[in-house]
Amino acid sequence: MKTARIRLATVATAAVAMVTLAACASSSSSSSAPASAAGSDTSSSAAAPAAKTELTLLVDNGEFTVKAAKAEIEAFQKANPDITIKMNTRPGGGDGDNLIKTKLATGEMEDVFWYNSGSLLQALKPDQNIVDLTGDATLKDVDESFLPVVTYKGKVYGAPWGTIMGGGIVYNKDVFAKAGITVPKTWAEFEANNDKLKAAGITPVLGTLKDTWTSQLFVLGDYHNVAVANPTFADDYTANKAKYASTPAALRGFEKTAEPAAKGWLNKGAGSTTVTQGTTLLVTGKAAQWPILTAVVASLPKDQANKLGFFGIPGDDAAKAGATVWSPAAQYISAKSKNIDAAKKFVAFVASPAGTDIFNTASPATGPYLIKGYTLPSDSLDIVKDLQAYVDAKATTPALEFLSPVKGPALEQITTALETGQSNAKDGAAQYDADVTKQAKQLGLAGW
Amino acid sequence: MESGPSQARTAGSRGDAGPGGSALTHARTATARKTYLKTYSYWFYAPAGLVYLVVFLVPTVMSFYFAFTRWDLFTAEWIGLDNFSQFFSEQQLVTSLWHTLFYAVFTSGAKVVLGMLFAVVLTSNMRIRGLLRSLVFFPVLVSTVAVGITFGVLFQPDFGLVNTVLSWVGISGPDWLGDPDTALLSVAVVDVWKGVGLATVIYIAGIMSISRDYYEAVDCDGGGAWVKFRHITLPLARPATFTVILLSFIGGLRSFDLIWTMTGGGPGFASDTIASVIYKQYQAGFYGLSTAGNVVLFLLVSAIVFPLAFVLNRREVDL
Repeated sequence: MKTARIRLATVATAAVAMVTLAACASSSSSSSAPASAAGSDTSSSAAAPAAKTELTLLVDNGEFTVKAAKAEIEAFQKANPDITIKMNTRPGGGDGDNLIKTKLATGEMEDVFWYNSGSLLQALKPDQNIVDLTGDATLKDVDESFLPVVTYKGKVYGAPWGTIMGGGIVYNKDVFAKAGITVPKTWAEFEANNDKLKAAGITPVLGTLKDTWTSQLFVLGDYHNVAVANPTFADDYTANKAKYASTPAALRGFEKTAEPAAKGWLNKGAGSTTVTQGTTLLVTGKAAQWPILTAVVASLPKDQANKLGFFGIPGDDAAKAGATVWSPAAQYISAKSKNIDAAKKFVAFVASPAGTDIFNTASPATGPYLIKGYTLPSDSLDIVKDLQAYVDAKATTPALEFLSPVKGPALEQITTALETGQSNAKDGAAQYDADVTKQAKQLGLAGW
Repeated sequence: MESGPSQARTAGSRGDAGPGGSALTHARTATARKTYLKTYSYWFYAPAGLVYLVVFLVPTVMSFYFAFTRWDLFTAEWIGLDNFSQFFSEQQLVTSLWHTLFYAVFTSGAKVVLGMLFAVVLTSNMRIRGLLRSLVFFPVLVSTVAVGITFGVLFQPDFGLVNTVLSWVGISGPDWLGDPDTALLSVAVVDVWKGVGLATVIYIAGIMSISRDYYEAVDCDGGGAWVKFRHITLPLARPATFTVILLSFIGGLRSFDLIWTMTGGGPGFASDTIASVIYKQYQAGFYGLSTAGNVVLFLLVSAIVFPLAFVLNRREVDL
């Protein structure tokens, strides 16, 4: 479960970093060196008395995270010469989870750490381990829509860093223009588009099932449509009262997963296509549409990235069309920190319009930020503007994993089996319900 | 250890050198010495034994405990047989069991046939025999993960070498690893490619140990190559056959690394084996459940392999 969720949630950094083969390039010592060197520079030049506060910061080792964190530290130290920050990095995925939990349990956590928001936060026992920021001035620039994903038992524990991601269809705009089709507002329009594309000899739907996590997007990305039809689904689902197989709106996601194989929309060899290969197929126009997270464009040069646009998984009602979004990750302050005031200062800086500007310069956005008073520069990627339009229209819903701690670990295998035509939607949904039950039992959740 | 105290006493009485040194003490000393002589050689096993104890026996015994708990690495809560009932109600268990058996039977069968064939060829009088032997054995030396990744590229449907070569002769090859119908078979074929070298070496040793006299006898009787193979090589290499079957069958039952690097058990569940099912449970953080799965796998392998070894060994004696 953890791995599956993390894979999706951190794909912004992970997928991109893997593409550029840089994910493993930064060990904790090497990446912290420039930061501490910068710190000692300021101390020697300022020749200030020993009243300096030293903060520590833990971030994941993704290329784009490290780049952005370094830029933030540099700018912050310039503005606050009495504080130096030393950065450490950690692995992503399940290893990162274990490291974070161990550090918190043994009281060795850095003052500030960057980690997932949503259900992964719940596993950290925030009430014991993390400084409560409810109503704190640290969050004054943070968009209210972010707060639910860092709230635990009614208290707010984190501030955002980075952007939200859209989970839906990334498409090639040139191909759409050439085929004379427009962004579909309903699933029926999507089907009609695909028939036209197929007739024109273009792969309508790109499958990249070698990287199995990508097979989940028709289900996970469909959650906006589920929530529109059943506003209480997340709570009922967590309480073991609603099931995928028996909730028609939720079952749609599995039907949408099975349809490309049944109707021959997929690329040949979808089963062994990787995300990297898929990106090329989409940009070169061999395929038209790809169910994926918007973060995949980060690996592309700007002129290529701007060939691509984004729309949410179409539902059945054009008036309620929207998109499912993955919230930004969060910055947390360890409850054991001895420099909470300085830490709050840094966290607030990163989550301010000025800090966001620095972040965006270091690692250009692949989605909107949730910071009040910050507007994306006009030269942002087109895909970001598409996503921003959904946010502005208040037509977004957070993915289910930000609303419920229940996520079965085998979803990616189940959806891959569906997308390769090995089973049908009904069976797939039932399999997933059983998988979820197993996870809830293993977590010892109440009511299962 | 037990001889320690009596030895000390012996030393003491010798130090006294008094008249108290009785026959009883003498007898004791003798027994102690005997035990010492009998047991001292075992102490040479101690270092290896200690490593075995700490690294194998203790974890094995502990795993039997953790299999009955809900375990998050920090706390373990006793939940009785829940993990086992969960494991046995696992949706993919039955299919993965069949996959495992198919994989084990296919790979060990192919290794027996091909290994025998290569061994017969490589024990004949050929010029480049040495070179060929090295070539056949070479894949055994390569890391399994490297083999898996390499073949993953070779099997790629669009630009992979396998389908490129097939297209030269007008065959449009399938998506070997991405198609549920061919995925498991493709992995099994690679497993054979990688493992047949070891089988060949075992067979070469087996065939070389057959006395030349038998073959000369066939020559005298006017028999040809087929007679030699059918009536001399095949029956007399039987011990080698049993070794190959046993080794490759155990290897097939618990095969994991190659499957995981090539398909990850997929697409979907199409090449899941018991070992990959267990690994996915571990990945998901279900430590107790995956430990229960490992206990089941341990018992399963034992239940198949011990009777198999018994039967094979008995037939060997019958020979």
